Amino acid sequence: MARAAAAPAQNLWAQGVLLLLIGLFCVFPFYWMVTTSLKTQVVALQSPPAWWFTPTLNNYREVLFVDGVGRSLVNSLIVAVCTTALAVVLGLPAAYALARFEFGGKRELWFWFITNRFVSPVVLAFPVFLISREIGLRDTHLALILMYLTFTLPIVIWICTDQFRSIPRELDEAALLEGCSQARIFWSICLPLAMPGVAVSAILSFIFSWNELLFAYILAPNAAKTAPAMAITFMEGYDVPFGKIMATSTLIVVPVLVFALLASRHLVRGLTMGAVK
Amino acid sequence: MTAAAETVPGAAAPAAPPPVLGRVRRRTVAAFLAPAVIALLAVGIVPLIYAVWRSLYDFNLTRVARTRFVGLDNYATVLTDPTFWAAMRRTAFLFVTAVPVQIALGLLIALLLHRPGLGMAKALTRLALVLPMATTYAVVGLLAQVTMNQRYGVFNQMLGWVGLGPVNILGNPQNAFWAVVFWDVWQWTPFVALVLLAGLSTVPPEVEEAARLETRSHWTILRHVQLPFLIPSLVAVLILRTADTLKLFDMVFTMTRGGPGNATEFIAILIERTGNRQFNIGMASAQAIVLLVITIVLARLYVRLFYRET
Repeated sequence: MARAAAAPAQNLWAQGVLLLLIGLFCVFPFYWMVTTSLKTQVVALQSPPAWWFTPTLNNYREVLFVDGVGRSLVNSLIVAVCTTALAVVLGLPAAYALARFEFGGKRELWFWFITNRFVSPVVLAFPVFLISREIGLRDTHLALILMYLTFTLPIVIWICTDQFRSIPRELDEAALLEGCSQARIFWSICLPLAMPGVAVSAILSFIFSWNELLFAYILAPNAAKTAPAMAITFMEGYDVPFGKIMATSTLIVVPVLVFALLASRHLVRGLTMGAVK
Repeated sequence: MTAAAETVPGAAAPAAPPPVLGRVRRRTVAAFLAPAVIALLAVGIVPLIYAVWRSLYDFNLTRVARTRFVGLDNYATVLTDPTFWAAMRRTAFLFVTAVPVQIALGLLIALLLHRPGLGMAKALTRLALVLPMATTYAVVGLLAQVTMNQRYGVFNQMLGWVGLGPVNILGNPQNAFWAVVFWDVWQWTPFVALVLLAGLSTVPPEVEEAARLETRSHWTILRHVQLPFLIPSLVAVLILRTADTLKLFDMVFTMTRGGPGNATEFIAILIERTGNRQFNIGMASAQAIVLLVITIVLARLYVRLFYRET
């Protein structure tokens, strides 16, 4: 615990050093990831590890164009974008209903939505694996897009319910007196005002889908293989290609980090499902 | 419903009582809810029903022809299976070791960031904190493999700098478990810190200032002024960390695959091994259903505690 402020200047120094240490602790693994991705296999397997070396982009060239990581990134992108769009389209009306309408069983419905956040994908993975085999959805983008709704849809519903609630009801009341239908109020009045929430929930849905491994690993072994599932295939075999693994990891992580930084102000609210403002 | 219908007679004259917000026709409500409900039924509930059905069979993908109905046998096996409970205990142990560390460190970071001054440095630190929690979980495991490699890992190099010998981290059962704790702490302490920081900012500044005039003890202020405002954040952290620990798969799978031995075989890894590497779908389904029941009980408990409104 920090002591009571004695000398402010000294105190600021101590604080600055602490902040720097915290920042380094967070960032160092990324630094190591990127530098390793620029090492040849010979440099990567130096012991002790090298901090200074001649960087090369060979790992990126190889994983992208020879090992099929490029394709898997495209798969990841297709799946993440489609499931996010679908979740927004399906989830927004429900979020609006939860925020604005009174109806029986609302609590139970809401609880069901929220429980999906708790259910481990491993519970659904095997039944879905068998079902998808039977209905011919095995190893397709569609199978992943649909299964990712189990977590993207709740995210959209929670965040947007919160957002709709923050819109003053006077607006709805006025529109209702003018004779607007509920669909019209939702579409023309509330939706434009709820756009910040929609954006945050879309970014979070994208990040969660992009990061997912378990469903991808079990449901999409070949044609629809996503980037995280691709990354772990390098771990097999005798000579583990550190540089390639880290190049693939960098390619996977950079887009989500960009999104996360863009939404950094809303990330906490989103991740805690609106429990913390 | 009926009351609303009665007050608005057939022809809606301009003089009719104003429509009440929130009370809408059942059909309207259904139309708004149907897309999400149908989608979640299809992807969330139908597979569960299928899993329950499969859990009643001795069903192994390596000998599908010899599948037979065994009733609740799989459940009896799971509930008395030491491997299953060992994995549950390991998962609980991970929770009680990693989460207190995350809360303690997170609180320190939050208090530090909450202090006035050094605005720019603090803004940068907050950005740095965002990075670990957004990182692909599978990549965290891969990072662990690379940095904690016994011979080529930078981790052992750094231990060498302070005079500690190279340690076999991921190949030793005990060390591997602590490696998982370490990376869980790395990834989620920033999240806890930012949640608690949000909690700290809900303390009214006047109250905090008044308290600071009374006492110079940070501890007293934390205990009596800030803590009451932190309770909602702390509960949220506990809920989410519980859910994520029960779900923990990606990071451990890419780091150790549950090994060495079964030192890092947490519950989700065990179920994956049973179904995907032993092809025993019947048993995996029963394990999954037991996990689901435990999850729902915990979720109910937590949601009762916390999300009182709605």
